[in-house]
Amino acid sequence: MSNFLTASIGKKFVMSVTGLFLVVFIAVHLALNLMLILDDSGDLFNMAAHFMATNPAIKIMEPVLALGFIIHIVWSLWITVQNMKARPVKYAKQDLKNSSSWASRNMLILGSLVLVFLVMHIMHFFWKIKVTGSPLLEEVTVMQGGVHVHMENAYALVASLFKSNALYSVLYIAGAILLGMHITHGFWSAFHTIGWNNKIWRKRLEVVALIYAIVIAVGYSIIPLYFLIKF
Amino acid sequence: MADITLKKIYVKVWRQNSPKDKGRFETYEVENVSQGSSFLEMMDILNDNLVREGKDPIAFDHDCREGICGMCSLYINGKAHGPDTEITTCQLHMRKFSEGETITIEPWRAGSFPVIKDLMVDRTAFEEILQSGGFVSVNTGGVPDGNTIPIGYEDSEEAMDAAACIGCGACVATCKNSSAMLFVAAKVSHLAKLPQGQVEAKRRARNMVAKMDELGFGGCTNTGACEAECPKAISISNIARLNREYLCAKIAE
Repeated sequence: MSNFLTASIGKKFVMSVTGLFLVVFIAVHLALNLMLILDDSGDLFNMAAHFMATNPAIKIMEPVLALGFIIHIVWSLWITVQNMKARPVKYAKQDLKNSSSWASRNMLILGSLVLVFLVMHIMHFFWKIKVTGSPLLEEVTVMQGGVHVHMENAYALVASLFKSNALYSVLYIAGAILLGMHITHGFWSAFHTIGWNNKIWRKRLEVVALIYAIVIAVGYSIIPLYFLIKF
Repeated sequence: MADITLKKIYVKVWRQNSPKDKGRFETYEVENVSQGSSFLEMMDILNDNLVREGKDPIAFDHDCREGICGMCSLYINGKAHGPDTEITTCQLHMRKFSEGETITIEPWRAGSFPVIKDLMVDRTAFEEILQSGGFVSVNTGGVPDGNTIPIGYEDSEEAMDAAACIGCGACVATCKNSSAMLFVAAKVSHLAKLPQGQVEAKRRARNMVAKMDELGFGGCTNTGACEAECPKAISISNIARLNREYLCAKIAE
């Protein structure tokens, strides 16, 4: 396996594996977030958040997830810089609009915008819950399986931001759409890079990628829209 | 039906005296070009005019002029081999252009394809990749009868589709990353699909990819632009096969 990680295909393999890992993560994240709109009392979301915060498996996955993000981002920059160097003199006129999709040509731009959103997102929620704390997070008691369980009121933190800040809601929707666009190319491309593709599977994977991207973009957008409309 | 004649067109061409020269665009007027003439015939007319004016004609690559040799190139109006699909530049006709149009012509742009002069680029890099593994080693002695080697229909078709690659370099020229993956994938695929190519399959995938990287071609990001611009419509499914072959070869290493 010598030089695998520095070879062009090896670097892309790293992008694919981390990308597919992140694809699974965002689906889990979405499933949990949808609890926000299923129960206005917040108990359901708080229970889900409490489960995630106390589950040992999730505790192990948290640093793995962070590593997944970091590798995906660092490798993408490494690949992009090398790819840009491969053409020292640019074309005066280049017409790629009919031969490739816009998203496929602008994965770095889409990824960077998603990263900007991610940093903001972490500061608003993850950082407050894990590090700084917030008065909104004051403990609540939820009936769970016949017993009272004390837990942080994560619902209050999230819901209050969506209820009070329309701008944040708009940015959240924009983030969801950008992520969806990133996935339209990234999802099938990841399978292609690990070699799981041929003429028949390509059509299937592209359709699945599109459906998945729409589910993610729409799924995440529904949450701020729900709070904007209802409250 | 008689061909329409374009009374005047403008040709904006990249001129570069030598590999070291910085290069610049120059615009020429060409009059009375029949739409029935080929693009390279229009270039011949333009060069004839330049020679008559005592100027240096434009250097461009061409050979068979029937779309099979892979010698012609040219990035025309932002597209490799110009505004048509599944053709080489020599198969492009002036009926794709209109009266008074300015046609921009650039050489293939890639660090691994340095400009020799004007529109001619050095594609030796492709030869080097081929020499690193794009072959089958055959012992001397009696030649085995081809018909005694059983090959499935699908496999032979796929191998032939990949073997249609003429090595023109349009994939590299059109790729936003100047990646040679479609070329390497075509060469690896057409041999990997046939029994004769199996013996050296792992070594071939490893060596050709290593050579491609060493020569400074970019990495593949699966945009698919190469397959759309390829004059032989070689599918990027071959790239998936190359990825598969390469990963298996590296695991077995």
